[in-house]
Amino acid sequence: MSVITGATKQVQVIRPQQRKHLRGNLVTALILGGPAFLLLLVFLIGPFFMGVAFSFTDERLVSPVPAQFIGTKNYSQMLQVSILTLDPVVDPTTNQPRHDAHGNLLYPSVRTFTQNEQKYPQYFQLEQWFSVNLGNQRFVVLAHDPTFLHSIFNNIFFALVVVPVQSGLGLLLALLVNQKLKGRNFFRTIYFSPVVTSMVVISIVWTFLYDKNVGLVNHMLKTVSFGAIGPVNWLGSPSTAMWAIIIMSVWQGVGLQMILFLAGLQDIPEQLYEAASIDGANPVQQFANVTLPGLRNVMVFVFIAITIAAFQLFTQVFVMTQGGPNDATSTVVFNIVQRGFVAQNIGYASAMSVVFFLFILAISFVQRYATREKKGK
Amino acid sequence: MKSKLYALGALLVMLMGLLAACGGSSSTTTAGGKTVITLWTHSAGNASEMSTLNKEVTSFNGSHSQYQIQIQSFPQASYNDSVSAAALSHKLPCILDMDNPTVANFAWSRYVQALPVTDSDVQQMGLLQSAIGRYQGKIYALGQFDVALTMFARKSILQKYNIRIPTLDQPWTANEFNDMLSKLKSSGAFQFPFDLNPQYGGEWLPYAYSPMLQSFGGDLIDRKSLTSADGTLNGPAAAKWGQWFQGLFKNGYANPKPSSDQGFLQGKVALWYTGSWATDDVVKKYGKDALFLPSVNFGTGPKIGGGSWEWGISATCPQQASQGASQFIKFLMQPANIALLNNATGLIPTTPAATSLVPRYATGSPYRILFDMLQRFTVMRPPTPAYPTISSSFQKAAQGIIQGSDVQTNLDNAVNAIDQDIQQHNNYQQ
Repeated sequence: MSVITGATKQVQVIRPQQRKHLRGNLVTALILGGPAFLLLLVFLIGPFFMGVAFSFTDERLVSPVPAQFIGTKNYSQMLQVSILTLDPVVDPTTNQPRHDAHGNLLYPSVRTFTQNEQKYPQYFQLEQWFSVNLGNQRFVVLAHDPTFLHSIFNNIFFALVVVPVQSGLGLLLALLVNQKLKGRNFFRTIYFSPVVTSMVVISIVWTFLYDKNVGLVNHMLKTVSFGAIGPVNWLGSPSTAMWAIIIMSVWQGVGLQMILFLAGLQDIPEQLYEAASIDGANPVQQFANVTLPGLRNVMVFVFIAITIAAFQLFTQVFVMTQGGPNDATSTVVFNIVQRGFVAQNIGYASAMSVVFFLFILAISFVQRYATREKKGK
Repeated sequence: MKSKLYALGALLVMLMGLLAACGGSSSTTTAGGKTVITLWTHSAGNASEMSTLNKEVTSFNGSHSQYQIQIQSFPQASYNDSVSAAALSHKLPCILDMDNPTVANFAWSRYVQALPVTDSDVQQMGLLQSAIGRYQGKIYALGQFDVALTMFARKSILQKYNIRIPTLDQPWTANEFNDMLSKLKSSGAFQFPFDLNPQYGGEWLPYAYSPMLQSFGGDLIDRKSLTSADGTLNGPAAAKWGQWFQGLFKNGYANPKPSSDQGFLQGKVALWYTGSWATDDVVKKYGKDALFLPSVNFGTGPKIGGGSWEWGISATCPQQASQGASQFIKFLMQPANIALLNNATGLIPTTPAATSLVPRYATGSPYRILFDMLQRFTVMRPPTPAYPTISSSFQKAAQGIIQGSDVQTNLDNAVNAIDQDIQQHNNYQQ
């Protein structure tokens, strides 16, 4: 191809023989790239659109009855939320509220509202997600699929904790192994090795570490605190299960962030540090004004990558807690697999994956917007 | 030009590879005039079951010259998934073994065809009800063995704490059992006196714990209509079971997360509730001190689960091969072959004729009580295509109860899931 550049315009002139040559190149490119495109189409793009199509039907994994179009029923069931206000049960003779054996107020059973289609159609077939007591009244949050909503909440919580912690630790480790100390290659390898170990293997090992009675984590806590910290049921208690998974996931993934930040650190020219120290900047000021701006591109990439990976949390949950005590560690991907392959409800699972896709897309856009290069006026 | 030639060549090679991989393998092809019948089993890794199966297949192949059976074994954990995947791609084998509670679902999903076996046939054999996989009045699977849920204990421990040794006619009552656990716990000798293996998870939870629920008077689903669990799984009897079951873990009688199932064999546990597959290990460790005891009578009599792996024929098996397959299954159910399997594995035979050939379960043997328990106390898991949902809902409820969350809420949520699933399937009509 000959390109004639003028001072004010660029013109591409392609001679006829070269056009044929171009077309020949194009054909070769298509042939060589064809199988890969075919695979992408069959295993990525095709199922994507199939999933969207399935989400509007009641498709089952295996069923002698063919699937039927049911419109947006899957979506409305998934996202249906209601609030039910309960007043305490009143003794009809004394007009005083009743109390149970522990002195707590008694409230009518939620089931009387959710299984009565005639009287309370708006609450029909909903389940209790959680309830809040305010004053004398109890507010019960009802949902058709509390597990799904809880899973979204778990995913958001996981991402909110893991993204800053893992990035922060990764940066810290990168700064440490960037020092010109003996044995820094040894440490780099050690910190990176969890990343290359199979997540399934790590999950199984950490299940033993977290065991309440014989786990090493509890032993270590007991020794370090001289017996003050008793055995914690890490994976069996709803309040600690998610934290247990967070700690393990951060430990596994931090090596990758370390390597990325290390590469970013080594990209920052030495002269900038020298110039800063000549100007009288102390190490903290150097870090804030030279290191951090220099790492900007790496940080943007790391944040977006960790966020997307955090929302894909599945393996640890599947191996260690199976959705956890009372849905405490249930994540959206785990829920989709449970619904789609175990309960065999493909239509509903497809609807969940479409909603999740849109959710992550929105988050990515927000992140991209927040970290965009601000163009000068 | 050259690059285009190379590209075309590469494409051709890849296309050929694709076609070769796609080339379907039908489940039966003639080889040397014989009809090849494929057989799938979940017993990979289980030496005694595999060696018995190999012997039976060799014997059958030798005596039936027109058929040749080929075995393919799978690990148990992924077996059901493999069967579902094969059904989706229409690549099921001719003969496959299935866990009894999944037979109704497989029959409804049209994975398997009805066997040419009638009720009078199985009555003649004296086959245990738990060894028959039924759906809508037809028989789809037959089993060679079963397992009894047993309370293992040691005579010396029971005598030391003045605990009565129960018999089949006089099992422990609920009060007796609770007093017993309290005594064992307060003695200080056992951190957790009762081991019911909650860590097994999966199908163990309904198999082992729903008989206790049934003994309290509750059940997994209303068996008359098989369309709703409301009132049965979350009724007052079921709530009583839930409270008692939660109490086991709250009071420290049982460990909610044991790190292994060896507690009884290591002397750390006084009572072990598990399947009779463990009898050999228990006898090896404790010899004459070992006791096999019936379950507790919580109100409606002691109950144990029943129904294990049974043989059936897939719906896509061609006519010729199906005939051979049904002959093979009838061959497997002969007393000699049932006895062969159970002598090798120590499991319980399913017909009286076979039992007489298995010395371990002969009348008068200390193991005979296991066979008697199976005959007298078995309650089948509900034979409905909704069973996979019933099982997973009950698992979730049981795990929630073990962890200490509200019993009624857990049971109500399980009932919601089961009822909605049945409604979505139009009561599983075909």
